[in-house]
Amino acid sequence: MDLGKDKMLEMYRMMTRIRLFETQVRDLATASEIPGFVHVSIGEEASATGVCAALRPADRITSTHRGHGHLIAKGGRLDRMMAEIFGKRTGYCKGKGGSMHIVDFSLGILGANGIVGGGIPIATGSALAAVVTQRDEVTACFFGDGASNEGTFHESLNLAAVWKLPVIYVCENNGFGEFTPMQTVTSVTDIAVRAQAYGIPGIVIDGNDVLEVYRCASEAIARARAGEGPTLIECKTYRWEGHVVGEQAFLGKASYRSEEEVAEWKARCPLIRFEKFAAESGMISAAELKKIRAETEVELEAAVKFARESPLPDPAEVTDDVFSG
Amino acid sequence: MPTTFIQAINQALSEEMERDPLTFVMGEDVVLSAFGATKGLIDKFGPRRVRNTPIAEAGFVGAAVGAAMAGARPICEVEFASFFYCAMDQVCNQAAKLRYMSGGQARMPITFRCVYGAMGGAAAQHSETVYAQFLSVPGIKLVVPSNPSDMKGLLKSAIRDDNPVIVFEHGALGGQREEIPAGDHLVPLGQAAIKRTGEHATVVAIGAMVPRTLRVAEKLAREDISVEVIDPRTLVPLDEAAILASVEKTNRAVVVDEGHWRGGAAADIAAIIGEKAFDFLDGPVRRVTTLDVPIPFSPPLEKAALANEAKIEAAIRAAVGR
Repeated sequence: MDLGKDKMLEMYRMMTRIRLFETQVRDLATASEIPGFVHVSIGEEASATGVCAALRPADRITSTHRGHGHLIAKGGRLDRMMAEIFGKRTGYCKGKGGSMHIVDFSLGILGANGIVGGGIPIATGSALAAVVTQRDEVTACFFGDGASNEGTFHESLNLAAVWKLPVIYVCENNGFGEFTPMQTVTSVTDIAVRAQAYGIPGIVIDGNDVLEVYRCASEAIARARAGEGPTLIECKTYRWEGHVVGEQAFLGKASYRSEEEVAEWKARCPLIRFEKFAAESGMISAAELKKIRAETEVELEAAVKFARESPLPDPAEVTDDVFSG
Repeated sequence: MPTTFIQAINQALSEEMERDPLTFVMGEDVVLSAFGATKGLIDKFGPRRVRNTPIAEAGFVGAAVGAAMAGARPICEVEFASFFYCAMDQVCNQAAKLRYMSGGQARMPITFRCVYGAMGGAAAQHSETVYAQFLSVPGIKLVVPSNPSDMKGLLKSAIRDDNPVIVFEHGALGGQREEIPAGDHLVPLGQAAIKRTGEHATVVAIGAMVPRTLRVAEKLAREDISVEVIDPRTLVPLDEAAILASVEKTNRAVVVDEGHWRGGAAADIAAIIGEKAFDFLDGPVRRVTTLDVPIPFSPPLEKAALANEAKIEAAIRAAVGR
């Protein structure tokens, strides 16, 4: 697949935006500038970016509690996302959702979700709506290895397979459900083999290789668009940070993984990997990548400023938006 | 021509599906239709809009939620109300909350339909009155029709509503018949019906308890006990004004519901009356409900557990002191 330089640079920019945004959010949460629970996806930028780069604007996604990366990759604005995470009136959800619940319907982002596996039936239903209303739209459903043990995963894959719905299921296997290593609570090594139980294709890919993610997602999306039904893609990746920012307050001195393991995965960083590819291919110069990084830093600085300076919601808004009409 | 409760549902579905091409029906056995409510829709609207689901409530209820968020207008049948327990996350965490949590972005035009209540020997997992479980989850409208005419008009309004609405259809009302107003018959959500006017006591009766309460009121009228019977028709939104105005007039209140005594719809309405009409009350607000036991199987046990006309009559007599 010939991606073209512009598309590649766009994906690098997206991964950079996610990396810098998540790092900033982690630091702000650590400094107690953000209320509530915050889950960041540092190290998992390639799966969100590669899948969303293969979608059209009218296509939709559902995301998870670790969803900032998916939302950015589908076009979310850093300033309104940051404002939501700060609980401000100018945030995507007027401060009613927070980090785990950012939504932008105009971009096809049906939402992050605080319930593990909660978004999987919703993505399936989003694809059902495309069929019922006869619109050419695909839905990409992001979830983790933990959600693949939820009943909703199995019920949804069966339903989507039976109805040949235009949906792709993207499992980001980052190795852990909260503090529990995935292999200690999961009956299979590869989540993708579960696709066999529902008679659909299941593939395992290197989730840290944005180009491979893009290629595989494009094929699955084309199948979905052609009415051939869902695909399960398992992106092998790794969560560099803890389950939740500040988790040592819960865990104390206990740990659930070795420093060597973390270091080994950091060496497989999706951004460094792309930078190496760029250098080797000769298509993209180091200066071009550096420029993207510098521009993203400026964008992020403005987003934090916007969030800090935005007003908090008025307490009188507490009863707004329970019902429509 | 008199129409049955089930026919009223079928008419409402058919008319609304005709009216809005974004609507579709999904659920367990909706093609053949166990109780007849969706019978024949497949012939009119085809397999794209009439969909049998697997028996997988969390999955298909969630799919209805996603379909609503993505611009369709699902009408989702959960065969028996107790089966909602399998799909509580999708109803309570997703459908009910996502509009609010998204700062008003999400539209959630879903109508859920289910059969509730005791209909004779179905035992606890197919007989329960479960709407109270949703009363304390803001974001869901709850509709409990008591007759064919309201059934049709309320269901049509529910389908047109942009919020998640659960319509509870009592299994024992299925064969009830009456004339239904012709034309595009709509009953707004949130408007109680005063089924009978009276002076001595207000009885708020819900769902299948309405016809039973009316029979008791008829009987007591022969002793010059004048009972006002109010059918709220929807529990969310609740027509508090109609209930409170009646209590202010009669000064006595009884709430009759097939749900349980603790934490039920009757408890909720009794609390509202107690809090907002205290100065008008001449005595305690009484509740007639099902006992706080799972609904038993064997007929004498089932009968002992349920609210019935004798218990309704006793409560009204206690309220008026006669």
